[in-house]
Amino acid sequence: MPSRPLSPHLGVYKFKYTLTTSILNRFTGVILSAGFLVLCWWLMAVAGGAAAQERAQHLLAGAPMKILYLALVFAFTYHLLAGIRHLVWDTGHGLERSQARLSAWLLGGASVVLTLLIAWALWGRTP
Amino acid sequence: MSFANPLRQVLGAGPARSGVHHWWVQRLTALALVPLAIWFAVSILCLRSLDHATVVAWLAQPWTALLLVLFVLTAAWHSRLGVQVIVEDYVHAAGAKTLLLVLSAFVHVLAAAAAVFAVLKVALGGGA
Repeated sequence: MPSRPLSPHLGVYKFKYTLTTSILNRFTGVILSAGFLVLCWWLMAVAGGAAAQERAQHLLAGAPMKILYLALVFAFTYHLLAGIRHLVWDTGHGLERSQARLSAWLLGGASVVLTLLIAWALWGRTP
Repeated sequence: MSFANPLRQVLGAGPARSGVHHWWVQRLTALALVPLAIWFAVSILCLRSLDHATVVAWLAQPWTALLLVLFVLTAAWHSRLGVQVIVEDYVHAAGAKTLLLVLSAFVHVLAAAAAVFAVLKVALGGGA
């Protein structure tokens, strides 16, 4: 096949909030796909009995892993809220430039706040 | 000139004969995942601990098992569609693209089947 430039031409766009929110939605989606595989593996470990679950959670535990879980929680909240934003768009609402810009800021703010709240619920409460 | 009217074209009689099916299923699974994902996150956050007895007791509840099976199946489907679009968009080499699409399909089916089997084993087996 001749090497012609193929869409999407990621390098040619001016960097704007529309690009950021869109690519973040894809990126968080990929993270969630990976997280989904871990969830399925963990469920199999639970079904394998107490010892199997212990071994799995030993692998999944550890301080450095917390950064990964924080990323996973952010991916979850962001992708969920961005998905709701897309579903609203699909009904034909919120597509005006001012509305889309406002919902982009709401999306960013709400996903960060929700991530921090969940992180607090996960790790902040236990002494 | 073509005698196919525009409606016929948008109703999915394009070259792939699938039309907006991919788009529609992605939206359908997205809509289902909004409540399912929120339920899953809240349930996990409400668990006292992640030790075996607590998790098994949680999975053994009928509504937990049912909703978790639905969540896993819907998430697998949605994830497969999303990964497919990303591979199609960014992987241009024909061989690598096909390989990744097949691999993604197999991995998603394996993961979903494993998760459903695991949930049912715990839920129906009265504790592993």
